Parts: sequence; structure tokens; C-alpha cells
Amino acid sequence: MEIEEHLLYTKEHEWVNIDGDEAYVGISDYAQNSLGDITFIELPSVDDEVEQFEELASIESVKAASDIFSPMSGRILEVNEELEENPGLINKSPYEKGWVARISLSDLEEKNNLMTSEEYEKFLESAG
Amino acid sequence: MSTHAQLLKTPLFDEHVRLGAKMVPFGGWDMPVQYAGILDEYAQTRQQASLFDISHMGEFIIQGDLMKSGLDRIVTQRLSDLPVKSCRYGGMLNVDGGVIDDLIVFRLEQDKWFIVVNGATIDKDAQQFKNQLTQDAQFDDVTFHTAKLDLQGPLSREVLKQHVPGVENLAYYTFDFFNFLGENVLISRTGYTGELGYEVYCPWDRALEYWQILMQDERVEPAGLGARDVLRLEVGYGLYGHELNEDISALESGLNRFIDFDKDFIGKAALQGQQDAGVPRKLVGLVSRSRRSPRSEQQIYTEAGEVIGVVTSGSFSPHLERGIGVGLIDQRHAVQGQAVMFGTERSRAEAEISSKIFYKNGSLKS
Repeated sequence: MEIEEHLLYTKEHEWVNIDGDEAYVGISDYAQNSLGDITFIELPSVDDEVEQFEELASIESVKAASDIFSPMSGRILEVNEELEENPGLINKSPYEKGWVARISLSDLEEKNNLMTSEEYEKFLESAG
Repeated sequence: MSTHAQLLKTPLFDEHVRLGAKMVPFGGWDMPVQYAGILDEYAQTRQQASLFDISHMGEFIIQGDLMKSGLDRIVTQRLSDLPVKSCRYGGMLNVDGGVIDDLIVFRLEQDKWFIVVNGATIDKDAQQFKNQLTQDAQFDDVTFHTAKLDLQGPLSREVLKQHVPGVENLAYYTFDFFNFLGENVLISRTGYTGELGYEVYCPWDRALEYWQILMQDERVEPAGLGARDVLRLEVGYGLYGHELNEDISALESGLNRFIDFDKDFIGKAALQGQQDAGVPRKLVGLVSRSRRSPRSEQQIYTEAGEVIGVVTSGSFSPHLERGIGVGLIDQRHAVQGQAVMFGTERSRAEAEISSKIFYKNGSLKS
């Protein structure tokens, strides 16, 4: 399972890539692999406000439906519209082409509630 | 539910793990849900050939005269005119007309029958047969002697005939015994995918040899229960525990074609009563307007928000590139083309009521 080093992770297997007061968010390689072939995503709307660990998007694989939770609070600046036609991008490239949303962060302190890549790796080992 | 505390394993369990399958509990069995991925396995089956381990399904042998044994009244399908070496699909009902199981009856000889039932219901099915068969019948549960490998897909005939000459002559829903790896093996031209396909009933303790010899063919890939579920849903086949159960009458499930009302069978009186009074619910197809898929147990609503039924199965359809499903709804709303919603109180999506057959161009009868 691939874990990108410079990202922060949630226990629900989302990642966040913080750059100043903005961030890209998505789901981890572990998450996409567990879900299997992703067939649908309902993205948030630009300018929506999201709260840390609250619902950001809903996602479906062939077999199941689940939610993606926002790793941090903020306002949606941009969503990855390519996923609407090609949700399988999340399977192919969970950390890059499969990003879900770009967020304007409202509270940088919230990153203390997230795991580093080392911590996430240990979390996966203990869960597995 | 299964009486076994732990999950049962097919003789191919270790092979599935070796092939990197994701294993999941299914009807009391530890089964491969996918190998390469559901969409790849789906495409492989629609375009080439896939091998499925279906050894969790139950097999019974009944010896006895059709009428004297009691077999005829235990199942709904007509068996009196079933030729030897043919098989027929139908149901086994409770007295209320609910479905104890759906099953296929094979006529091995004039007075010898092979019954294939679902894996999750083996114990209760065996019980029903034992309770209802007369002393003129001999009943044997051969589930744990019989592995079942399904080879499905448009190339399945070309693949199988290389190992089993003559198999190419089997017509749809017929079977025969063939010499395969030195054993007398029952092979039927049946399946659960909507494609040309065969089901190979081989000895449990040699299942791996059969699996491996079929897998050696480069046109064949393994497929799991995930792909199988999408394949069967696209062609409108019911899944026991979803479209069929003891609380849904056989008429509501749309089994009409597989019920012989000219004979006596358990549940017949209840079904006739329901026919006279009107069948309250009906299974219908659902086509989502988007890639969002209906999911089992979600509600079905009118556009005005009135609950009219429940989703029994749902999936993404690779063929339609949309969500599809089957729902059990109030008969009054079962109108094709009708706009409905599916989902939960919190989140709903639009769909249209349709035929349950979403994919019509399979190689099934080619």
C-alpha cells in the first residue's frame, strides 16, 4: 500500500496536502483499494463550507456506497470535476489525479488532529 | 443462518488466497469477491471467459419416482415432462407461497434427480426435503463431495471442448456426463451471467486440478462473486435473500414462468388466493439517471416523496454506465417509464422504473 510522505491522514483514510492556508484533499491508496472500482462521486459545490471530519463527498464503488469526510474545516475553492466522468481516476492515482477538492482552510491548528505518514502507516498496521 | 460457527471454505480457498483474491463472508462461506477488480472481471466475462468457484452451492441427490417420492409437490417447476439429461429452474415454497429457495432440478435418470440449491440455505433446504419427501425417496446431501466450477463467457465453449470433447453439443439447460481428468463429471450448459457458459460439477477433493487445467488457458481469468453479482443483475436474475425470500411470494418475485399451476405443490393455494385478491407488490427494474446506484435496503419514493417500496439489489452497470437496481414496490406504482427516487431520508437520487433486463445482447444462447 502506497503512503505519500508529505501528507497528513485521517482515521477514515482521507489525506490532506497543506500549502499555506489552502489544501488539496483526497482519499488514500488504502481507501481506494478497499473500496474497489470507484464508479460514482458526488462532489461538494464550490463555496460550500465544510467542517473537519464532517461529510465532504459521497463515493460509490461497484459494491458499496460510503462517505468521504473532510480532513480539515474550510471553504471549497475547487473540485475535481474530471472525477464526475471518470471516477476511476481515484483508483489509478489517489494522491494526484484523483484529488477530490481544494479547500481554503479556516483553522490550521486542526492539523494537530491528523496523522503523519509514519503514524498513518502504524495505524494501518495495527488495524490490519 | 448457517449453524456453523466458523465460515466454511471451498476446496479452492488456498488457491484464491494465492491468486490475491479479496475474501469475504457470503452465506456462511469464505468466498472470493474479486481478484483483478470487479470491472475487469465483468468485462472479461462479457468478452472472453471467466472461471468462478461456486462450490459453496449445495447439491442433493434424490432417488425415487417423481410422484411417489413427493418431489413433484415440493418444487414449483413442471418435472413430469423433463427429459433425462435436461434441467429446469424453479422454486421451493412455504405454505404461504414465500420462497424457501430457488433451485435447479436435473433429471439424471427417469427416477434419479440432482438438485442444486443456494449455499446459504443448504441446511433449511435439506430439512424441507427430508420433511416432505415420502418413504419412497432416498435423499443424499452431496454438497461436500461436489465442487462446482462455472466457466462463463462467449469463449467458454471453445475453451472447454479442448478438455471435454462433445461438450460443444450441449443445448441450453441440458447436461451430460463427460470423462474429464479420468472422472465421470456432470457438466451442464447453465449459468448466472447471461453469457454462454457451463457449470462443471467435479469431485470436491480434486477441485484444484480442474481449476488449474481450465485456468491454464490464456483466454480464461478468475472472477469473483462481485463480478457475478453485476453480471446476474444486468440480465435480471434474482438472488436469494434479495429478490427472493420467505416473506416475498413467488408471484411477487415474478417466478410465474417457473411455476406449474397444473400440478399440486406446496404453496399453491396461497398463490392462487393471491392471484384472486391481486398480487400486492412487484419486482421492477430501476435505472438511475446518473452513475449513482441504488443499494439494497434503500427506500423507493414517488417524486412527491411517498415511500412505495424498497431496493432489493443495486449496482453500477458497466453496460449502461449508470446505476441499476431491482426494487420491490407497490403494484399500483409498477409502471415502466415512471420517474421515482431511491435513497434515504437524507439523500435521494432520480431513477426510472424499467424492465429488470438491462443487458440483452449476451452470448447466452449462441
